[in-house]
Amino acid sequence: MAPPSPRCSNGKVNEDDETTGAPVGRRVIFGMLGLGALGIAVGANAQQKVNRALAPLGPVGQVLPAAGGFRYYSVVAGVKARKPENYRLTVNGLVKKPRTFSFADLQRLPQTQMTKDFQCVTGWRVENVAWAGVALPDLLDAVGVPPQAQAVRFHSFDGVYTESLTLEQARRRDVLVATGMLSGPVEHDHGGPVRLYVAPMYAYKSLKWLGRIELTSDVIPGYWEERGYDVDAWVGRSNGRDDEPT
Amino acid sequence: MNRPDERPRVDGRAVDGRAVDGRAAWVARFSVAERAVHHVTGLLMLVCLVTAACLYVPDLSTLVGRRNLIKPIHVWAGFLLPVPVLLGVLSRAFRQDLRRLNRFGPRDTEWLRRRDRRAVLNGRGVIEVGKFNAGQKLNAAFVAGSILVMLGTGAMLTFPDPWPDSWRGGATFVHDWLTLAIVVMTFGHLWYALRDQGALTGMLTGRVDRSWAARHHAGWLTAMDRSSSNGVRDGAAEDMGSQSVPLTDAAVPRKRGPESP
Repeated sequence: MAPPSPRCSNGKVNEDDETTGAPVGRRVIFGMLGLGALGIAVGANAQQKVNRALAPLGPVGQVLPAAGGFRYYSVVAGVKARKPENYRLTVNGLVKKPRTFSFADLQRLPQTQMTKDFQCVTGWRVENVAWAGVALPDLLDAVGVPPQAQAVRFHSFDGVYTESLTLEQARRRDVLVATGMLSGPVEHDHGGPVRLYVAPMYAYKSLKWLGRIELTSDVIPGYWEERGYDVDAWVGRSNGRDDEPT
Repeated sequence: MNRPDERPRVDGRAVDGRAVDGRAAWVARFSVAERAVHHVTGLLMLVCLVTAACLYVPDLSTLVGRRNLIKPIHVWAGFLLPVPVLLGVLSRAFRQDLRRLNRFGPRDTEWLRRRDRRAVLNGRGVIEVGKFNAGQKLNAAFVAGSILVMLGTGAMLTFPDPWPDSWRGGATFVHDWLTLAIVVMTFGHLWYALRDQGALTGMLTGRVDRSWAARHHAGWLTAMDRSSSNGVRDGAAEDMGSQSVPLTDAAVPRKRGPESP
């Protein structure tokens, strides 16, 4: 706000009495700045309480900030929904037996379940998400990995998004080709019918709408990694963040 | 309670003949600079709100996607938001408006307290409202405070590295919830503006009908007339050049037309 000035610049009369009186406008602004600073200090805690309070509201709560926990991120304008019946997952590249899996094929492989947090690199976190599907090492065993394959590249059927892991990372038991999530199928908006869940890493590694897995000799940086995010995206140990590990 | 409705006009002059007493039918209200600050700030605010909805409302973000395109638009519009006001400070008329918006006098307290604050008697508002009423002043302060808080928290989210995680969570919390308040205030602002042709004309052309001014901002109209008769022109009129009000004797009692219901 401008400093108080009871006279106009010509020094004669005031056009009106409006430039005298209490500086309420300035007080409102300073008050809002104070509340903003307070919100920054205590807001993270408050939002968790809000999330818990609004959770029973279901879809109504979705309009309110982060009440549903998950936020929807997509880098393309739209993704055509696929049903489990016509879903196909291709595994190719440096593999012994290239193969295309149907949704039913995936369900016939050994199943893995885990309940773990989902941490986004932009700060939001959804605690205790139930995941179900095929552990990536079990899928890799089904196609056979020759020694020259050292990395795994994932392609989304949105046509644009890609991700990657080293073979060592891909052999972890907590990396999942997820066919179930939140005690149900993986919804389209969550990247269904089949998505990746890389438990120990930030959520951009957990590619949605998984369409193809390609074994490569070297790590090829994924979509966000070409845009400045860390390739090794360990929660709490990358991207300059110190979140609790998932 | 009378609603300050529009009065019939012919060729831009009040039909009740008020213009015949020698006063112009129109009064200069906002200079080019003041209107430019308003329009650009409003436009940037709308861009921020629309892109925010696309990034954030689940159904919309599902529909629109394109996060890599929408996010930079949102961030740039946000960082540009304070620029029009800062440039506006170069204008004397705008600085004068800032002073008026900042200060609350007895008329503002009265305006906030009375239920008949918008009532009109014999063509004049019952409260001698100045250039801005108390609601407009509070709205302006809220917008200014919002821009600063959203800028601060938005900057923390755009450049998250220096901040501890809990602060970033807090900044997200403030940014999210203040957005809801801004949406409510923006709809309220548009609601009042779009129902008032005179106010819209004032913000679009810079000048208002004299009878509109008498009904909504009686104190301001009186002060304008007094200052023009004293040879002191309002800052807005100065920027408008030829739009200044003709000189008349302020001591002559104003002819009052019948008030529309």
